[in-house]
Amino acid sequence: MQKTPVISLKNVNYAYEEKTVLENINFELQEGSFMGLLGPNGGGKTTLIKLVLGLLKPTSGTVELYGKPASRFKNKHLIGFVSQKSNAFNKGFPATVYEVVSMGLTAKIGYMHFFTKKHKKIILDAIDQVGMAAYKNRNIGELSGGQQQRVFIARALVSKPKLLILDEPTVGVDSENVQRFYELLHRLNVEKGITMLLITHDTGIITQYATDIACLNKHIHFHGKPDDYIAMNEADLSNLYGHPINKVVHDH
Amino acid sequence: MLHDFIAFDFLRNTFYTGLLIGLIAPLLGTFIVVRRLSLLADALSHVTLAGIAFGLFLEKKTAITFITPMYGGMFFSVVGSIFIEKLRGLYKAYQEIAIPIILSGGVGLSLIFISLANGFNTDLFNYLFGSVSAVSYHDFISILVIAIIVVVLIFFFYKELVVLSFDEEHATISGIHAKRIHLLFIILTALVIAASMRIVGVLLVSALMTLPVAASMRIAKSFKQTIFLSIVFGELAVMIGLVTGYYFSIPPGGTIVMASIFMLLGAISYRYVHKKVQKWGNEE
Repeated sequence: MQKTPVISLKNVNYAYEEKTVLENINFELQEGSFMGLLGPNGGGKTTLIKLVLGLLKPTSGTVELYGKPASRFKNKHLIGFVSQKSNAFNKGFPATVYEVVSMGLTAKIGYMHFFTKKHKKIILDAIDQVGMAAYKNRNIGELSGGQQQRVFIARALVSKPKLLILDEPTVGVDSENVQRFYELLHRLNVEKGITMLLITHDTGIITQYATDIACLNKHIHFHGKPDDYIAMNEADLSNLYGHPINKVVHDH
Repeated sequence: MLHDFIAFDFLRNTFYTGLLIGLIAPLLGTFIVVRRLSLLADALSHVTLAGIAFGLFLEKKTAITFITPMYGGMFFSVVGSIFIEKLRGLYKAYQEIAIPIILSGGVGLSLIFISLANGFNTDLFNYLFGSVSAVSYHDFISILVIAIIVVVLIFFFYKELVVLSFDEEHATISGIHAKRIHLLFIILTALVIAASMRIVGVLLVSALMTLPVAASMRIAKSFKQTIFLSIVFGELAVMIGLVTGYYFSIPPGGTIVMASIFMLLGAISYRYVHKKVQKWGNEE
């Protein structure tokens, strides 16, 4: 028996008023995969993620999470999300790393319930997993971009998600730490079995870690294994996108 | 110095009421400041003024006595808060435009009611700048009820309010009813403003909600500590302000705000010196 895919989009179209952003999108993401979603700015990547998160409803077609319509998906704690805008938070917000990570549990604990010792342990574990244990009492605004992103990953991990969606999480992270960041995601994917959907422009690094690559520019132009993506030459890709592509691939 | 405040009934009401608002104004104020909504509190206080003027007008010109200026202020403030939210929804890209609209609307309405009630009088002056002697037992009980409601609701919705303040998008995605929590927050703000105006006065209410928080943020290391220190500063400001206001016959609004400002300067200097000392220590 085939397992229910984590994410499934069937004949999805989406338009903001008159402008078509996504056209006839079909894809499935299986449990345990690590998908890198590539594509030009304005190609509809963030819109696609908003559809998956249930923040937007498709103009036509169906978006399903674990076999249920995304807009009515109830077990939100199963999905962790790290936004592109995470980095644009109020840097003067007087919260510690611990306090920020604890926010990831708020909805799961539910209204009129309080944090307990058990929750405290879960929060500390999540901080430890992203290697920020030494910073747990530090103010979030004092950390570097890369450290802040780790904290936001911990905030997403704390509700024990099965799917982690990341929208350009490495923007504002210095290049040395980008590699470490991907290693962290890879470890979570392999060791914890967390399914990953990652929007990125780091075309070079993503091919080392992803199990699936998809290229989106209104349509899905490519969906396959990283090796096939690397094998495509730049001319093919440019044809797909409709404009010249500079494909940077690291050889290791 | 505090002896008179315990000895005389009318001062005792003021003193206890002061303790209450010294707690709830900075408590809610912390959320207001971190969400960058300080000006919203200012706009709401002007709407409250319109409600007070409406109450004074009714008191003077009609036989209606159950709508006291304080209840009038409270009602206008809550309605105004809901209006602000609607306006912010209408002008998504210009959210601050709701503030001048509500603020000028409040002042405009106030002027109309004040004129209809035959102009300025001592009552109005007390509402504008606060008063040491104008707090009745009835006022105290109303404010006590508001304070209990505010503290209980913040206690139960603390974790949701924190998430909403830090990251609204994340709150929504994680399944928190952001809009409802936000509405609760804005109504609480309106109530706290209405409750505080007896002591600090309408024009300076927002100061008691923001200045102690501004001071606290210079020193505090966490969000919880920010709230705690804000309340400490708020209580100190109210106490110092009431006592000096009483002995020098100055409206307490003025003395409370000045006490807050001195504490703010203290907190800024503390941080400055602390950093210098740390730097010096590191160089050793």
